[in-house]
Amino acid sequence: MAEIAAANAASPARPPPGRWWRIADSDLWWSFTHSPVTVAAAAIAAAIIGAALLASFIAPHDPYDLASVSLLDATDPPAWLDGGNWTYPLGTDNQGRDMLSAILYGTRLSLVVGCAAVTLALLLGVGLGLLAGWRGGFVDALIMRVADVQLSFPAILVALLIDGIARSVLPRQVQTQITLYVLIAAIALSYWVHFARTVRGSTMVERDKEYIQAARVIGVHPVRMVIGHLLPNVIGPVLVIATINLATAILTEATLSFLGVGLPPTEPSLGTLIRVGNDFLLSGDWWISIFPGIVLALLILSINLVGDWLRDAFNPKLR
Amino acid sequence: MLAFVIQRLVQSVLVMLAVGFIAFALFNFVGDPISNMVGQDTTMADRAALREELGLNDNFVVQFARFVGRAVRGDFGLSYQQARPVGTIILEKMPATLELSFLAALLALVVGVPMGIYTGLHRHSWVSQAMLAVSLVGVSLPTFLIGIFLILFFAVILHWLPSFGRGTVVHIGWWTTGLLTVEGWRAIILPAITLSLFQLTLIMRLVRAEMIEVLRTDYIKFARARGLTNRAINFGHALKNTLVPVITITGLQLGSIIAFAVITETVFQWPGMGLMFIQAVGFADIPVMAAYLVMVGFLFVVINLSVDLLYYVVDPRLRVDREAVAGG
Repeated sequence: MAEIAAANAASPARPPPGRWWRIADSDLWWSFTHSPVTVAAAAIAAAIIGAALLASFIAPHDPYDLASVSLLDATDPPAWLDGGNWTYPLGTDNQGRDMLSAILYGTRLSLVVGCAAVTLALLLGVGLGLLAGWRGGFVDALIMRVADVQLSFPAILVALLIDGIARSVLPRQVQTQITLYVLIAAIALSYWVHFARTVRGSTMVERDKEYIQAARVIGVHPVRMVIGHLLPNVIGPVLVIATINLATAILTEATLSFLGVGLPPTEPSLGTLIRVGNDFLLSGDWWISIFPGIVLALLILSINLVGDWLRDAFNPKLR
Repeated sequence: MLAFVIQRLVQSVLVMLAVGFIAFALFNFVGDPISNMVGQDTTMADRAALREELGLNDNFVVQFARFVGRAVRGDFGLSYQQARPVGTIILEKMPATLELSFLAALLALVVGVPMGIYTGLHRHSWVSQAMLAVSLVGVSLPTFLIGIFLILFFAVILHWLPSFGRGTVVHIGWWTTGLLTVEGWRAIILPAITLSLFQLTLIMRLVRAEMIEVLRTDYIKFARARGLTNRAINFGHALKNTLVPVITITGLQLGSIIAFAVITETVFQWPGMGLMFIQAVGFADIPVMAAYLVMVGFLFVVINLSVDLLYYVVDPRLRVDREAVAGG
């Protein structure tokens, strides 16, 4: 803040060169620091993501280590309630696992699935969008019809159907090992449409511009032309969609895991933890499901807020 | 007009065929359904007889043709899990889901539209700001978390409402209803609120945005200049013109309600079709899954088709555009 004010006061002298200065001097940074809600949301998201990434260093227990788990400590309440102790700050679940550690590892897993699914959806969507926009004709019609049809179903239902069907199709002995990949693929397959439609639209605009014609005239290979010249000019909006979809992908993973068709209790994500805790809610052991629930809600809300801000900041119409 | 309807119809039929093919392919790629149905001590001869009885020995094309023929008549074979006709099971579960979805949709409309009007008219009052902040949370929170929080407060802590099931149901022919008993109403309150919350916030935000947009237009300014009452302007002129997109979105959201019913039904152990599907996935009960898939596909195709046609009827501008394009 102070630096920006100083830089502004010092103008018309050019700001000192350097990457950090260019970031601090940009419109984007200005709009970020002048939206307190966004700053708070970004801080919360960063804190949760940071804690999850450092799970193996900061977690007091290892939830995957069955030897350290004792059933005698099962369903201990959080430390500040009667019967709780500071060995397990947020209490324990029905198997005596420390909730805080389980939440840290679970958040990490939720983030991994979310990021992997969005990346896969992005690759698939951008690829198909480029293909449709570049080739046009029959290929375009086919891809976009499929996209239209898929868009008329809610994404979460598509993910549920793909995941559910894939589970039944695969033989039981491999199911537990590849659940993670099935889940990622199911979520990715239900979210590629947004990417494809955006990329197709901007590809069709860029395709006829002079720089592409010039590249065509000097005989650049079509693949290199699309990847090297066209892609950088259509990728901007895609990254904004990716941020917004990250929250949705994490939400979808949590929902599928909650429904029991996601990650198994031996490798719990936030959704699985909530599912396990839901069985104990009625007997009064609320902390098993409520704490992971609060973390999930905060994570999604903060990513959504940052995504909304990004969308507005990148939208030239709102400037 | 006719060309448009035919084009939409053809597309719908193609979608249904694709969904049907996926559903049918399930039967052919999934392990051995027989061993899912019978106990350890069933003899090989009994297994073979059952296999023949279920038609699992015929070739692909015959099975697909038979599948489509039966599906059109609502016959999806026997459930592997319960050894009863899937059609009967679905008919049993359908009233629960429909009652819940209908009540949730009604709740979303009856609460969402007035809230949208209020926040659109009084943009800067603190009540509107509070409603908007709450609605952001409503959009962001996962459905199942809302359900769990509601159960925690109203069932576990306050003991006001039951946390699972439909309460007492009354049979009217093949239809079962929970809406004729006090227990039934008490049981449906929490699931209906859970299911409606997302749609409610969506409708509220939509009505608000449309109201703000319309209130800026010239004909509203003209109506004010003519000295019409605020009431006549807000409700007679502004609200009427916001309703076209609201109708469309609400129609499309009906499908979403069915989709989210899967989650709500799981949280509240509501004995509807969504819970049936989740249990079928756990058991690899292919006929039930296939039937659910086809049914949901059909539902969405019908909803999308009718919303398209309704839109076409409601908004005369669309008709003019289409005809101009067709003529030119």
